[in-house]
Amino acid sequence: MPKAKIKRKSTWVDMTAMCDVAFLLLTFFMLTSNFTRKEPVLVSTPSSVSEIKIPETNIMTILVDKTGKVYFGIDGQEKRKQLIGKMAYLYKVNLTPEEIKKYTLLELVGNPMQAMKAYLRLPADVRDLPQNNLGVPADSTNNEFKEWVKSAREVNPDLRIAIKADEKTPYPVIKKVMKSLQQLNEDRYNLITKLEGAPGKE
Amino acid sequence: MAEISQDSGSHKKGKKKRSKKLTTRIDLTPMVDLAFLLLTFFMLATSLIKPQTMEITMPSDKKVLDEDKTVAKASQAISIILAKDDKVYYYFGKTEGAKVLTTNYAPDGLRKILLTKNFDVAKQVEDLKAEKIRTRMKEDDYQKRLSQIRANKNAPVVRIMASDDSNYKNLVDALDEMNICSISRYAIVDYDQPDKQLISSLTP
Repeated sequence: MPKAKIKRKSTWVDMTAMCDVAFLLLTFFMLTSNFTRKEPVLVSTPSSVSEIKIPETNIMTILVDKTGKVYFGIDGQEKRKQLIGKMAYLYKVNLTPEEIKKYTLLELVGNPMQAMKAYLRLPADVRDLPQNNLGVPADSTNNEFKEWVKSAREVNPDLRIAIKADEKTPYPVIKKVMKSLQQLNEDRYNLITKLEGAPGKE
Repeated sequence: MAEISQDSGSHKKGKKKRSKKLTTRIDLTPMVDLAFLLLTFFMLATSLIKPQTMEITMPSDKKVLDEDKTVAKASQAISIILAKDDKVYYYFGKTEGAKVLTTNYAPDGLRKILLTKNFDVAKQVEDLKAEKIRTRMKEDDYQKRLSQIRANKNAPVVRIMASDDSNYKNLVDALDEMNICSISRYAIVDYDQPDKQLISSLTP
């Protein structure tokens, strides 16, 4: 009996369909998503049942980390440039145009103005180390934080305040921040939380 | 290298040259590779979930907070003190001679207390929500009726006091309970002397 010859099949697969799917997904992701904003510290926000979304523009972010360091930032590079200009003038810090440019690229900065120059000169890979971020002073004796908020408000009157703090942040730090805002008559603000399932009601 | 063919003379007379039919199939594998690479990048670099926010309005420094306090009847007032280790102290009515009780953030803790106190409003809100789903109420109408219910004069007024030992999560949890229990009148108040004394007398 003659051996049955196995017919050699072509390994060619039509990739068109797969290509279609891949590009479809790609388009979806490109259109729907916004980039994760780089933050100098990882903060895990508490959860709440609130379902209000935060607007994307005109946001003043106040980040408070576990140890109580305060970071501050606004959106919009042009606005940031004006802001740092104001702050540098106020605290008599001379910043070169390159340093100002560097500042405008940073989402959140947590350093007193006196340390700002040195901070902006740091290479990008060591910038986020804890020892390089001292936090914006918000004490009653030296309240730079208040000046930041005030200047930011002058630069962009439409700003909304968003406070993003870690779950474990001790309350006195939050109190300091809230007191400072209160003194500036900024009495409406948003607390950023993550979504929690709706509460089970019995 | 491009070459100019000069063999036009080699054509046999009468025989037409048949153009070779080129296949239109292109190997799409590299394109798929590329697409998936970009897809992976976008999936990793972006955040789909937008963070949630809680909107709070604090009393500004100019306004006197006492105005709020005096309006509230003592019978409506609830004071909540956020203490350390996720403990909550609470009492009803006036600070003087108040009976302080302890609870926690569990669903049958603080929420239960607030819901019993705010029973009327909470029930109405619940009914309204059910009605909204049933009758497909317009969002505007819903909001209007919701604010009407919330404006109830007999609803409790909550004072939230956070002690220095509490953390941010406690505060957010407490505010969250206000939302869940549909309490519209609440304020974050400084943890000051009479209350401090009251609590410290409780826990040596």
